[in-house]
Amino acid sequence: MPMTDAVLATKGISKSFGALQASLDISIDLRPGEIHALIGPNGAGKSTLIQQIAGGMKPDAGQIFLNGQDITALGTAARAKRGLARTFQISALAMEDTVLQNAVLGALGAQGRPFQVFGTALGKADLRATAEQALDRVGLMDHAKTRTSELSHGQRRQLEVAVALTLNPKAFVMDEPMAGLGTRGSKRLTGFLDSLREQAPILLVEHDMDAVFTLADRISVLVYGQIIATGTVDDIRANADVRRAYLGDDT
Amino acid sequence: MTRERKINAGLALALLAFPLWAYFANEPFMITLATKVAILALAGVGLNIALGQGGLVSLGHAAFFGIGGYAMGILASHAQTFDPIAEWPFLIEGTKSMPIIWIVAVLTSGLAALLIGALSLRTSGVYFIMITLAFGQMFYYFAISWPTYGGEDGLSIYVRNGFPGLNTLDPIQFFAITFVILMLAMGFAAMLAKSPFGLALNAARQSPQRVETVGMTPYRLRLVAFVISGMITGLAGALFADLNRFVSPTMFSWQTSGEIMVFIIIGGIGRLYGPLVGAALFIALEHILGGLSDYWHIYLGVLLLLIVLFARGGVIGSLAGRGHAHD
Ligand SMILES: Nc1ncnc2c1ncn2[C@@H]1O[C@H](COP(=O)(O)OP(=O)(O)OP(=O)(O)O)[C@@H](O)[C@H]1O
Ligand SMILES: [Mg+2]
Repeated sequence: MPMTDAVLATKGISKSFGALQASLDISIDLRPGEIHALIGPNGAGKSTLIQQIAGGMKPDAGQIFLNGQDITALGTAARAKRGLARTFQISALAMEDTVLQNAVLGALGAQGRPFQVFGTALGKADLRATAEQALDRVGLMDHAKTRTSELSHGQRRQLEVAVALTLNPKAFVMDEPMAGLGTRGSKRLTGFLDSLREQAPILLVEHDMDAVFTLADRISVLVYGQIIATGTVDDIRANADVRRAYLGDDT
Repeated sequence: MTRERKINAGLALALLAFPLWAYFANEPFMITLATKVAILALAGVGLNIALGQGGLVSLGHAAFFGIGGYAMGILASHAQTFDPIAEWPFLIEGTKSMPIIWIVAVLTSGLAALLIGALSLRTSGVYFIMITLAFGQMFYYFAISWPTYGGEDGLSIYVRNGFPGLNTLDPIQFFAITFVILMLAMGFAAMLAKSPFGLALNAARQSPQRVETVGMTPYRLRLVAFVISGMITGLAGALFADLNRFVSPTMFSWQTSGEIMVFIIIGGIGRLYGPLVGAALFIALEHILGGLSDYWHIYLGVLLLLIVLFARGGVIGSLAGRGHAHD
């Protein structure tokens, strides 16, 4: 078992789509209280890795550990129940439902009693309190009654984060939460994620380099399915391989 | 009150007023038509839970409708010949009591829905449609080839089953029974839609990934919905058999499944009163046009086509607009 103090860890994850090697022997970990950023060019395999960690896709080889326990064989729902919360690069929300309903759905999942047929979902005080608190934290409370399909791209990202919050997870896995937010929105979310790491560590896939360099305790760089470097912001900035392969710098 | 609620209240009143008018105008056949509307609407309320809330396009709901019908037919036929259904391991006798028949109909159709759902919900899309269709047809052929209960000819029940304190042979009293059951079922469906379970079920239809990501399993949500759905449609089957005092394999046929689905689409998928509007239009067309032409289904087809092309929320959707997400 890798690094006992890691909240989340992968060990030798590999995945290929036909001839395309999307993940190759990936071992990364997420430690308590940290933000670990995963960066890499488009198509590097970041979302594919997230998908395997969250349970939506089975790795060809390797294992995934949550709090030291092997969760590789578990499905998405079981992983969520054990405390893994992920957000999607392409929003996966109940679009016909309101913002509040989506957040209540998260609270319901966290509560673990989905088969209640008596009483209304929005009328359950505990579910609602959890949901409203989460919406408030990401700044979506004003839109609680808005239909999700009417939200902007960026607001949907915020809702993704809010739903993840309702789970009160042990680890967050976020796939490009800043995308579509604009400068001001990114700044706000950056500030928020900065405070969130105390609640649970975050594995953060992000293209917004300002955010990454501000937030990350460690950065891993993924290129063609392989981690080419892991280290602090300074390490990564100074790493010649990374500069060549990713930052497009050949000096 | 939202616009849709007003429309719904008007529809419920119309369904009540029409047979009352027929009663005072001494038109018992019209009461029977209204009863048929209430019963078919009930079958539709059942299917609409799976279809509208769960997004499960089941073409096999005739199985539950038929099981409910045969539950009634078998229990009542044994009662009318004083011939027990089974003597071992314990004595099971037939009955002419509606409440007992309903309970049996609901339990047996629920059990069938559990088995069919457990297998077919592992698939989705076209495969789900085909598997539910296949299950429905399996019951159909089984009923045809089961001589004990009439085979192809079906089963006739000479006297309508009884309900304590009511004269079920009186059309208006039998109508009252079906009306109350329909209202209860619609109340239940409305409650379900807003309940925590309904929230999860509706979310699983829109984004199964989302539901899994928060720790719930779409398969289980859908299976429970499918069972509830089958139970309500099964209850409708028992009432339908009692209305006609006759059960036949036709109740199991895929056309029955298709008709229920068609009138839900006409009325409005996922709308609380969609099945009622659809069933009323269906019966009205059958009654009015069926007298003019044997090919009245063509007009039904045209109506369906118009709805699908121009009014995707069905009649309720066109009248009341898009549903409110936050009510
Ligand atoms: N289900 C799949 N089947 C086949 N190929 C896939 C599948 N999913 C991803 N890929 C391919 O795997 C590679 C990695 O994709 P992935 O989405 O993980 O990249 P990414 O790093 O998240 O990119 P981006 O920054 O654009 O989000 C891409 O070439 C993609 O086309
Ligand atoms: Mg991606």
